[in-house]
Amino acid sequence: MNTPACTDLTVLDLVPFGQTGGEARFFALRLERPQWADWKPGQFVMLRPAGWALDMLWARPFSICRISTRDLVIFFQVVGRGTARLAQLRTGDVVHVWGPLGNAFAMEPDTPTLMLAGGIGIAPFIGYAHTHPKPWNLWMDFGHRMPLGCYPFESINEKIMADSHHEEGPEDLSRFIETIGRRMREFRDQNGLVLACGPTPFLRTVRSFALEYGVRTQLSLETRMACGVGACLGCVCRTTEQWPDPAKAGGNVQTCTQGPVFWAEQVTFDDETAAPPTAADVPVQACER
Amino acid sequence: MIDMHVTLPGGLHPLTLNNPVMTASGTFGYGVEFTPYGDLTKLGGIVVKGLSLAPRRGNPMPRVAETPCGMLNAVGLQNDGVDYFVRTTLPKLPWREVPIVANLYACDPGEFGELAAVLAAEEGVAALEVNISCPNVKEGGVIFGQDPRQAAKVTEAVKMRAGSKPVIVKLSPNVTDIAHMARAVEDAGADVLSCINTLTGMGVDINTRKPLLANVVGGLSGPAIKPVALRCVWQVAKAVSIPVIGIGGITSAEDVLEFLLVGAHAVQVGTANFIRPDFVFRLVDELAALCERMGIEQWDDFRGTLKV
Repeated sequence: MNTPACTDLTVLDLVPFGQTGGEARFFALRLERPQWADWKPGQFVMLRPAGWALDMLWARPFSICRISTRDLVIFFQVVGRGTARLAQLRTGDVVHVWGPLGNAFAMEPDTPTLMLAGGIGIAPFIGYAHTHPKPWNLWMDFGHRMPLGCYPFESINEKIMADSHHEEGPEDLSRFIETIGRRMREFRDQNGLVLACGPTPFLRTVRSFALEYGVRTQLSLETRMACGVGACLGCVCRTTEQWPDPAKAGGNVQTCTQGPVFWAEQVTFDDETAAPPTAADVPVQACER
Repeated sequence: MIDMHVTLPGGLHPLTLNNPVMTASGTFGYGVEFTPYGDLTKLGGIVVKGLSLAPRRGNPMPRVAETPCGMLNAVGLQNDGVDYFVRTTLPKLPWREVPIVANLYACDPGEFGELAAVLAAEEGVAALEVNISCPNVKEGGVIFGQDPRQAAKVTEAVKMRAGSKPVIVKLSPNVTDIAHMARAVEDAGADVLSCINTLTGMGVDINTRKPLLANVVGGLSGPAIKPVALRCVWQVAKAVSIPVIGIGGITSAEDVLEFLLVGAHAVQVGTANFIRPDFVFRLVDELAALCERMGIEQWDDFRGTLKV
């Protein structure tokens, strides 16, 4: 895996996404291209604007949406203090960026691959769809609550086959869950691969289908992070007995360095001792791991 | 130009640091996590994440929360255990070029002694730092750190099995009189003191009516606690004759000098490592430049020269 680096990058622009009136909550942040040798879809970066004072110490984690010859693109939703302040960035501002961090989604060009995205969890799949050598083997189901135009769905849909599912009420949610289950069975029958990124309740559902139907599934976890490099131990998740290192099976591993992508059967969301998520978790969005 | 090296006097084998800037336990992993971001041998010393005899899984999530100018944590000393560290991690560290300080935690004095014996046998370990002040574990930690007799017992137990390794005792600020604690562990044989550990604190969410940390209470760190840390270091440095390492909210070269001014021989940088992973490496350069600008040529000329 590529070696990460910490660099200062200049903001090229910050583009609000899909809003019609009201305060913008979805943004594409374009930074100048970092001098990384390589990166892989599913990896993430930590961002902290150089202009931030000490009142907010932590950087914020974001999936890498895409890296072109000119830029590094991050997609984010304003959900808390950090993202609200990121939304104030201007062209020319400098941001401390370290990455590329973490592992990546499995990429098996000839395997039928189902991408399941919830809300802002669509971000890493943009890079995945655009770098996949055989995009005709990809399918995406995208569940979202805000209008479709708030998300970069079009840039995926022009590349691969995809369905979007707008969740406006409880009946939409159960329909979406049914669709996920049906689709996962279809991909199991083709010896396919399932990749999921989105809010934790969504990942929990995908995980339970994965175990029930026996389909190879990877989950990109979302969690709060302070450092992104494995030091703070604030982003750990609980492993199962299937974890490859017996010494860490049933223990805690860092989402930032051991993940953020995990095989569904190797981690669990059912930490019997864990407190239920609080509203303070909610501001940490899918991409803001 | 200043010679950046610092020697912490006392003990059979005084600890010599490359410069006064060390990393604080629990904020720099085992050092290896930061190798992509800087040259570890540039640092004054590296204090690794707290080690216990057996691996510990730590506290449930959520374990960290950002607060104004700081953060709360209740990680609960998750670690791989001392054997794993000695076997797997220590050989990867450049311990000949930079002092590696093993931070240790146990539930009773006997276990502290056992841990000290394991670490004392390791050539790659330069010194031991005894954590008598972790606020995030139920079995003791801060209890040792709040009772001078218990703190002395732990210090003696470690000192007895530490061989020639200098023993640093890390003090808790969550006491009525930190100077009293400092004297107690000095009398028990501590070679060096480090202070402070985190201040106990908590955060709550009025919408969910839940605490921000699963452990409810945790330790507050970051620039928010720097004034408390300075006060503690000043009081402790006046009270003892052994060297003191200052810790608490350091985010600049000026902050480092503030701690030296009130009497510290060296400092540890903690939460600032989360601002960006190359933070502490840059700080070493900034400190040298600041000393140059201010005309500081020897640490001895500056340390403890606060005019009161």
